[in-house]
Amino acid sequence: MKAWLWLLGLLPLLAQAGWDNQIGLEGRWHWQSPADPAQRDRGLSLSAQAEYSREWDGGRQEFVFTPFVRLDRNDARRTHFDLREAVWIKAGDDWEIRLGVDKVYWGVTEVDHLVDIINQTDLVENPDGEQKLGQPLFKFSAERDWGTLDLYLMPWFRTRTFPGRRGRLRTPLLVDVDHPRYDTDLKDHYPSLALRWSDSIGPWDIGVAHFHGTSREPRLLPGLDPAGRPVLVPYYDTIDQTSLDLQATLDDWLWKLEAIHRSGQGQGYGALTGGFEYTRVGIFDSDADLGLLAEFMLDGRGDSATTPFNHDIFAGLRWTANDVASSEILAGVLLDWENHSRFFNLEASRRLGEDWKASLQARIWQHIDPRDLSRAFARDDYIEASLTRYF
Amino acid sequence: MRLLKLLLLTTLSLSPLLAAAQTAEERGLEIAREVDRRDTGFGDYAVEMEMLLRNRQGEESRRYMHTRIMEVDGDGDKSMIVFDRPRDVKGTALLTYTHKHGPDDQWLYLPALKRVKRIASRNKSGPFMGSEFAYEDLSSQEIEKYTYKFIRETELNGAPMFLIERYPVDKYSGYTRQQVWINKAEYRPEKIDYYDRKNALLKTLTFRGYHQYLGRYWRADEMFMENHQTGKSTLLSWKHFKFRNGFTDADFRKNALKRMR
Repeated sequence: MKAWLWLLGLLPLLAQAGWDNQIGLEGRWHWQSPADPAQRDRGLSLSAQAEYSREWDGGRQEFVFTPFVRLDRNDARRTHFDLREAVWIKAGDDWEIRLGVDKVYWGVTEVDHLVDIINQTDLVENPDGEQKLGQPLFKFSAERDWGTLDLYLMPWFRTRTFPGRRGRLRTPLLVDVDHPRYDTDLKDHYPSLALRWSDSIGPWDIGVAHFHGTSREPRLLPGLDPAGRPVLVPYYDTIDQTSLDLQATLDDWLWKLEAIHRSGQGQGYGALTGGFEYTRVGIFDSDADLGLLAEFMLDGRGDSATTPFNHDIFAGLRWTANDVASSEILAGVLLDWENHSRFFNLEASRRLGEDWKASLQARIWQHIDPRDLSRAFARDDYIEASLTRYF
Repeated sequence: MRLLKLLLLTTLSLSPLLAAAQTAEERGLEIAREVDRRDTGFGDYAVEMEMLLRNRQGEESRRYMHTRIMEVDGDGDKSMIVFDRPRDVKGTALLTYTHKHGPDDQWLYLPALKRVKRIASRNKSGPFMGSEFAYEDLSSQEIEKYTYKFIRETELNGAPMFLIERYPVDKYSGYTRQQVWINKAEYRPEKIDYYDRKNALLKTLTFRGYHQYLGRYWRADEMFMENHQTGKSTLLSWKHFKFRNGFTDADFRKNALKRMR
């Protein structure tokens, strides 16, 4: 209750120039009984994000500050605060420096974000893993004729968020987020380092990167919490990961490829994802576009992979109305071609008036094989509706 | 000396005949070249844009953007458009490298995910932000993007005009042809009729409130696009033109796209 009042007290401040804010109300409904009776069928939560930005020095310097908070009725772990951004940026003619808490995205594919590694996943936000925690970093970019070279220094590691006891979309054993383990004695102060070269050459967009540091993705090891209860202990290895991301943009076709090689997390392995997006514009003499997406995912570890994207294929449709309300629907199915587990995904959104946005997500897991990592979600099919107000 | 004078006189008296010998295509191209020549050399400019979208029922919706454009020697312009409103798309930015020949290069920045996506610029006939403007109506109008034909000299609101027709070279264009009324004195477009793929009149664009910047470059304050087939319209207002900001290539890179607000 206190947190609510605190938020309300901030509202007049946020109405000032330089602030862009949003408040979202989200309802989730799981129609199957949960695996653990502690888990709830109906979720309700409220989130708020404020973004302050200011630029000076003729646009050459900038400061961005973005706190985020979510209050969840059921899941105490989903109720959380994060500083998404608090970064100072300075740009020169052919260089850029960013210092502070920042968000960085690498990659081209739509389903599995293999090469994206700078930020930790804020998994309690959305099981799709696209929401990220802010990462403290220093970045230096050099932009030359031969492309862009980015150097990242990350002095401090952030652990992944996982749902709590009453939350859905979790492993049967809880992840003990309060007692993570590391390869290194420096724990979350082991510095991570990344170097990335990227360029656009004709229709090609290419990125090659190397990362050394703490794996964003933990291994989940069976163990006991301090009270002696069985839990999954998140173990963060020190890894080396080399990656490639590539896109060819040719007329109606986007061809995409992401590949990584990782060592330091068990045996060294490679993983690959790629595919295409083909878009027909102005279908049936309307303003709408229809995109056809197909992507494959392959992990060298096979069934022992730490991700469900080990031998899977995704096929989907993206419908963009190009109307005043920016209506959009993305629907698709992910199929594991070895164990035949299926996952259906639907995402739709539209604007209401000038300052509201309504979104809908539906996710269904079907014929989930006991060997498939998504088995934990087999009873967690859900529909999520949210309404966001921007001001 | 006398011979020279005679020769000169003959040539001069022949010149209208020579002009008449010019084909309609050559004359159309010549006018387009002059329009382009008079608008070359502005260097760069930044400007704010406001769109008022109105449907057949009179319901209104507004869009706010700001943009910067830079001339590129020997190729099409580079541009960056940043959306300010509606608020849910604030910070979304579109970077375009226009090319005289071949497809343009385009990148879209999505601020929620901090993701830059290279997009297929072939999607040029689609509506821009739900408005009656297509991407191709707003992109840099390079000479090479069309072939031309002179139709006739005419008048518009009492001012003498060239009426020319132009045909998009790109097979992905949403139009078969456009009729352009070009102000004879100033070589600036005053009105454009757009014909759809079935060659039916689709839209009319009217330029209003021309002002001259740097003593040479004409820019309209308002561009009004009316869709005859749907009854919808969009009024695009341009505000606070600022020329010669000293933009460089660095201001039109992916890192700059992520910085723009």
